[in-house]
Amino acid sequence: MKRYSPLLILAGTVIVIQLLTLITGKAFLLTQLTMSAYYVLVAAGLCMVMGYAGQISLGQAGFFAIGGYTTAFLTTIDFSGKTATAVYKILDSMGLLISKENLYGDTVIHISPWISLLAAVIIAAGTAYFLGVPVLRLKGHYLAMATMGFGIIIYRIVLGTPFLGEADGITNVPEFIIFPGVNVSGDFTSRVGNYYIAWLLVIVGMFLLLNLINSRVGRALRSLHGSEDAADSMGVDTARYKVNVFVIGAVFAAVAGFFMTHYNGGIGPSEAGVAKSVRYVAIVAVGGMANLWGSLVMGLVLNFLSLRGVFGHFDDAVFGVILVLMMMFMPEGFIRKSVFNDLKTVILRLLKKEPEKFKQGAEIND
Amino acid sequence: MKKILVMLIVVGLLVVTLGTSCKQKEEGTIKIGAIFAVTGGASFLGAPEARTAEMVVEEINAGGGIDGRMIELIIKDSAANPEKAISFVKQLIEEDQVLAIIGPSTSGETMQIKDIAESYKVPLVAAAAAEAIVDPVASYVFKTPQKDSYVAKWIFSTMQSMGIKRIGIVAANTGFGNAGKGQLEKYAPDFGIEIAIAETYDRAATDLTALLTKLKAKNVDAVVNWSIVPAQSIVPKNMKQLGMDVPLFQSHGFGNTKYIEAAGAAAEGIIFPAGRLLVAEKLPDGNPQKETLVAYKKAYESKYGEDVSTFGGHAYDAIMLVVEAIKNADTVDREGVRNALESISGFPGTGGIFTFSPTDHNGLGMDSLEMLTVRNGEFDFLQ
Amino acid sequence: MSAEQILQYIFAGITVGSIYAFVAIGYNIIYNATGIINFAQGEFVMLGGMIAYTFSQYMPLLPAIILAVIITSAIGGLIESVFIRRMKKNSVLGMIVVTIGISILLREASLYVWDEQIRALRFFTGSEISSVNIFGARISPQVLWVLGVTIVLVIVMFLFFKFTLTGQAMRACSENSRAAKLCGIRTDSMVNLSFMLSAGIGALGGCVVSPLTQTHYAMGTDLAIKGFIVAILGGLGNATAAVAAGILLGLIESFSISILPMAYKDVVSIVILLVILLVKPSGIFGSVQASSMKDY
Repeated sequence: MKRYSPLLILAGTVIVIQLLTLITGKAFLLTQLTMSAYYVLVAAGLCMVMGYAGQISLGQAGFFAIGGYTTAFLTTIDFSGKTATAVYKILDSMGLLISKENLYGDTVIHISPWISLLAAVIIAAGTAYFLGVPVLRLKGHYLAMATMGFGIIIYRIVLGTPFLGEADGITNVPEFIIFPGVNVSGDFTSRVGNYYIAWLLVIVGMFLLLNLINSRVGRALRSLHGSEDAADSMGVDTARYKVNVFVIGAVFAAVAGFFMTHYNGGIGPSEAGVAKSVRYVAIVAVGGMANLWGSLVMGLVLNFLSLRGVFGHFDDAVFGVILVLMMMFMPEGFIRKSVFNDLKTVILRLLKKEPEKFKQGAEIND
Repeated sequence: MKKILVMLIVVGLLVVTLGTSCKQKEEGTIKIGAIFAVTGGASFLGAPEARTAEMVVEEINAGGGIDGRMIELIIKDSAANPEKAISFVKQLIEEDQVLAIIGPSTSGETMQIKDIAESYKVPLVAAAAAEAIVDPVASYVFKTPQKDSYVAKWIFSTMQSMGIKRIGIVAANTGFGNAGKGQLEKYAPDFGIEIAIAETYDRAATDLTALLTKLKAKNVDAVVNWSIVPAQSIVPKNMKQLGMDVPLFQSHGFGNTKYIEAAGAAAEGIIFPAGRLLVAEKLPDGNPQKETLVAYKKAYESKYGEDVSTFGGHAYDAIMLVVEAIKNADTVDREGVRNALESISGFPGTGGIFTFSPTDHNGLGMDSLEMLTVRNGEFDFLQ
Repeated sequence: MSAEQILQYIFAGITVGSIYAFVAIGYNIIYNATGIINFAQGEFVMLGGMIAYTFSQYMPLLPAIILAVIITSAIGGLIESVFIRRMKKNSVLGMIVVTIGISILLREASLYVWDEQIRALRFFTGSEISSVNIFGARISPQVLWVLGVTIVLVIVMFLFFKFTLTGQAMRACSENSRAAKLCGIRTDSMVNLSFMLSAGIGALGGCVVSPLTQTHYAMGTDLAIKGFIVAILGGLGNATAAVAAGILLGLIESFSISILPMAYKDVVSIVILLVILLVKPSGIFGSVQASSMKDY
């Protein structure tokens, strides 16, 4: 059970942070922490694809957008004027319609987001599979270009299609009622609940991915990253594993997109842009490529700061600097063992004055 | 190792939490939030808007503030990303406890945060153009740019007087362009004008000769281009290259001298409706807007060394309206400012004379626009 | 469609295609010397236009362009010696990420050096309103400049790589950098030269197209993507084929506009790219035998 202890620590941290914000009266920080959690989910999925399977994907924002736009489109169809249609009657008899009043006093009837969640996952997984089978045969620049091309296509479709809101995106997306009393919505009153929903999702996601890494599949993946040819010759079905991981990454992104859209009450084309995909790559790179926890921490920290506007006008520039510096000086990522060993020895040295140990630590820093 | 890792999260967040709490809180200042797309794809709008807002606040504070209270302007750069605008608007409302918010720059962002401002009862004065921002009227949401429908109607009535019957429309694929195209298509039948073709193009498009060839083949009497930069200087150039001699109408997005410069000789004769800011000095002395316009223009141009644009003007109006509302408000709180905003009447801004009412949160009439043209490399009245 | 119209679409396609080709040639030079794709290539085009515009305020056009080309190629060389050469791990993934990072930095830096406004260089001959009539189709004289410069560039490049010692040395590096080193070629300086060369070519392209397309700090990304598509269409490493592929893509886009809404223009070109990638990754002009030796 040792492998799950970090999950417990993560859960504990999530609770501690919530309590801290409560005590210090900074509950508003939870808004950005919740949004960051969803981006962390995308980064974790991409970490599997890039870090463990060794396949670059410059189109991850496309999958996020598939999730977000699917639900935004489906749940903003208003059935209140269409009660006579057959579709309405079928959906109504199955109890899949939700009626509510909007801010301006009009009654809106929309389908249950559970349906759109299902649709989002199916569409994302299907797209990833049919894209992945041919595209993952490519390598290096060609794979990068192909996945980026996919991302651009999604971006262009979103931007050029009237029912997806074109440049304005889709607004007025209703809340997602998981069960009565627990809603995914941006309402300040349900903020604490949403914070836990988001991080629970991350914990569940991490649990699944950790299991995957430590299973037969995970070992196959690592062999794949080491040398694909060697793995192939040992009888590992590399093509299948690559596609499967690609699909998993896509589903993670789509689910994140789904929840984020309900949390924000809308989605815009910027979520599908190449710049966003590059950001996800940056986060995984900084987190240390094949390091799920690194992706989690960096995804949280960078998104949290970015969403709070800490970088101001330098938001893009900060990500550029990070990409360049990390690749040049720390291709293994920022979150890696030696950094912590260094930190630990420095701290120990300060506390206990053990110069020998510090020296050892310094050598690890290659 | 992983324990340490998780500890790092805690430490990091603690630092952030404590860091924000160390901020000095000045008593008595009035906090106004601003969300502008200073960088990113809509920086043509956001950058002059942010500069204008900063300048205005500096001026007001230098002059003793509002009844002795200084204004603290908190500008957030959304880079035209709706998700950031959402995050920032929540931050401004709850964390910074702002009295009112000006911006965002783009319609897409404004639509995403309209309901948030409405449900938390924070006055929002948008600098974005789409009519949907004030229709349906949300009691806390206002906007300063002239309605797209006015622009469309001005264009069509001018066309009528010129005897133009058959037109082609090109619009940038942005919120601004799409909304404009929609308005043009909506009002064309009322003026007896036939739209032979309507197309959108990517906002960053750099060569539109292929698209204009398509228009040329339709034998249109005039072309309407609805976009912000860079296309509004490319369309006139490409038209001249193709030898299209029909008149070119543009939207109010053409409102910056820089675009005349970029289009060079091809800009001559472009017809477009816009606020009076661009022709401030040419206005007759009795015009109620003239004083405001010339003052803003001079201040901006001397401070930043660049020409004013109507976009910056929208932010100028937004902040001035909020300031005016604060001055008039019975109680200086969100509710009071909202009520004061709604009862503003006959206020001269750069976009026109603002008169808000419970049913009109744009506050401008058809007369807020003027048909302009480019003559000898300068903006001038059409007539 | 009338004959004039078809001709007009062809000219529109060739204009756009030549711009793509400029970027793709830059990609190829660096790819040939180092085997990496420099995603910051589009930014060189932008820098060329921006710098030339700034200088053209104080001097005639020609020296302004020459200065812009020299300065941009110096920036290119600097980027190589400061960033690329110091990369610890020379993986394709790492190179993609680092050059994307550099492109973001160049873009953001030019936003602060200049501003968010658009700029356009003066027309080399004539003005915005002059146009040349060719068999009923009308084009700007600047289009002829773009075409002329592209053709001259291709010829010069061909001669350079074929007949000069430096050119041959650069080709040797791309064939086998270790063997080249053993023959006494300084591979490091060849790589540096390739960055300078491709930055200079990008800048020249940026100057020539600036009167038509205008120059703006964020124009690089789109150009980089299009140029990359063209480079792959033509087969990575083949400069002449890149020009042909560029013009082909320009033509396809231009004719797709005549049938489809323009909003989907990019979708068309990328779908073509994906098909080419899957069917024939060596590019439409690449040889299948040669590609089977390479690692895609």
